[in-house]
Amino acid sequence: MTDATAGAAPVAQSRHRSLWGDVWRQFRAHRGAMAGVAVFGFIVIAVFLGPLIHTVDPQYLDLRARNAPPSWAHPFGTDNVGRDIAAQVMAGGQTSLAVGIAAMAISIALGAFIGVLAGYFKLLDGALMRLTDLFLALPILPLLLVIILLFRDTLRSAFGPEGGIFLLIVVVIGITSWMQTARIVRGEVLALKEREFVLAAKSIGTRERRIITRHLLPNVLSPILVSATIGIANAIITESSLSFLGLGFPPDFPTWGRLLYDGKDFLTLTPGRVIWPGLAISLTVLSVNFIGDGLRDALDPRIRGR
Amino acid sequence: MFRYAMRRLLVSIPTLLAISFIIFALLDLAPSDPTANLPLTIPPEVREKIRASLGMNEPFIIRYLLWLQQFLVNEPLNMIEQWTGWTIGDSENRLRVISWATRSPVVDLIVERMPQTLWVVGMSYVVAVLIAVPIGVISAYRQYSWFDQIGTFVSMLGFSIPTFFTGLLFIVIFSVWLGWLPSIYDTTLVVDSWDSFMAQVRQMIMPTMVLALANASQISRFMRASMLDNLNQDYVRTARAKGMKERTVVLLHVLRNSLIPVVTVIALGVPTIFGGAIITEQIFRVNGIGALLIVGIESADIPLVQTLTFIFAILIVLFNLIADLLYGILDPRIRYD
Repeated sequence: MTDATAGAAPVAQSRHRSLWGDVWRQFRAHRGAMAGVAVFGFIVIAVFLGPLIHTVDPQYLDLRARNAPPSWAHPFGTDNVGRDIAAQVMAGGQTSLAVGIAAMAISIALGAFIGVLAGYFKLLDGALMRLTDLFLALPILPLLLVIILLFRDTLRSAFGPEGGIFLLIVVVIGITSWMQTARIVRGEVLALKEREFVLAAKSIGTRERRIITRHLLPNVLSPILVSATIGIANAIITESSLSFLGLGFPPDFPTWGRLLYDGKDFLTLTPGRVIWPGLAISLTVLSVNFIGDGLRDALDPRIRGR
Repeated sequence: MFRYAMRRLLVSIPTLLAISFIIFALLDLAPSDPTANLPLTIPPEVREKIRASLGMNEPFIIRYLLWLQQFLVNEPLNMIEQWTGWTIGDSENRLRVISWATRSPVVDLIVERMPQTLWVVGMSYVVAVLIAVPIGVISAYRQYSWFDQIGTFVSMLGFSIPTFFTGLLFIVIFSVWLGWLPSIYDTTLVVDSWDSFMAQVRQMIMPTMVLALANASQISRFMRASMLDNLNQDYVRTARAKGMKERTVVLLHVLRNSLIPVVTVIALGVPTIFGGAIITEQIFRVNGIGALLIVGIESADIPLVQTLTFIFAILIVLFNLIADLLYGILDPRIRYD
């Protein structure tokens, strides 16, 4: 660099630009993604802080106000035993979101772990990829239904009715949805480990564990982040499908899917019982998908420069 | 190509065996008792005999091998006999996979339910492709136009809104408010006149559309991306330079090339829609194989559930294979050998 350009550089780069600053700027330019963030943020706030404002117990039976239409006391109306639908949707949302995030965390951790192992250690590659193919060939929904039916009672007696079913569903969704992440991470690691900085790290005697955690994992963070958003959306849909088939959460510990399942026989009487939880699921998944779309664009260096 | 196909076929055999073992072991090692649903008045020794007659006292590995033999050897032999009328070996005493709940052969139950599923699911997939291909082509040809923007948004809606919600919304709108379409699929309907044919069409509209919308949104995205890849290629410019009509260029040259990856995506999607149909069949009370699976699960009918789940797995492996082979056949640039 000559002196002339060195003198001009501080003017051109008046502000320090970091990688994540660039990502954030690109992300903000994506209108769909920003709308997604707004909607998802609103849903999270409404579900977790809403019960502080609308302080009706979701399990309180008000038998004199059964099947009530929306009113000030019950903004979404009440169900056939007089429970407040707004409070139930909020309580259900807490469980649904918790399931989505916890199942996503398991599936991402498992996928990243298996992907890094398969990509980095040549010995394990064949076996782990066969395992991934095998999991991809499993009929997931029927298997999930079967597993939940068979192990529900055992886990319920071990961890209590609520903890047991939560643990079961989260773990089961987690261990049946890691395959895509593992494949993507393996592909990235295969390319990364041939790069010079890994060679340099090896040449100064860095241990393999440290190469993986220090040099490889940060570099595969962006595909992992993108599959994390897809993972949340998928986990929420899977959980609500299971609950919708009557094989998920019990009625006294509802999720959005369970509320739909319970409300579907009262479609003509109180359509709100179906519309509100259904709308909540759809909006959550839609906003998360848009966030994922924006993240994918923002984290892709080829698009980011433009 | 042939060698590749044979190799893939051979590789899929251990995969399927592993899957069948997983399914069998999972269901078998789980705590469930086939006699649990029987009346409590049955004395324990009779109960024990019932368990023995169901083959529950054999060791695990024997039961697995027996089930495999029944499913992979006996049932296909039975089917061949039924189709051709031949008698192969000792067909009277050949063991079949028997449902615990109904005491009839599982395969017969599945054959009974298959037509409804194939009608609804198959039709929905055809409709999905018919909707998705034109939308994908137009969105790609007029990229970033209002049509493309709306198409993108609608397809995002399509794969974000779960089918159980669209299904219920359709019921609220078209059955409850407008009263146009029946909300329950009537399987006993016999199509023998114009009126009954119209009734059949009307009851099929909603389940078909629900599944079709969900699938069309994904296929149209693939179609659009594939068209965009091809539209900027040199051969398109050449075709235009030769003075061909824009119609011919797009519909003949670009579309045919763009359909190659889309066809494989469509083939890959076939087994997943059988899985997705479980929910749709539940909403509209179509008594297809998805509904059969749910009934089997609820009554803890292990042989039925094992067989159905394994059939789903076979479908997945089979269509993966078909997709790979189709890709090789349609695209001459791809050589597997």
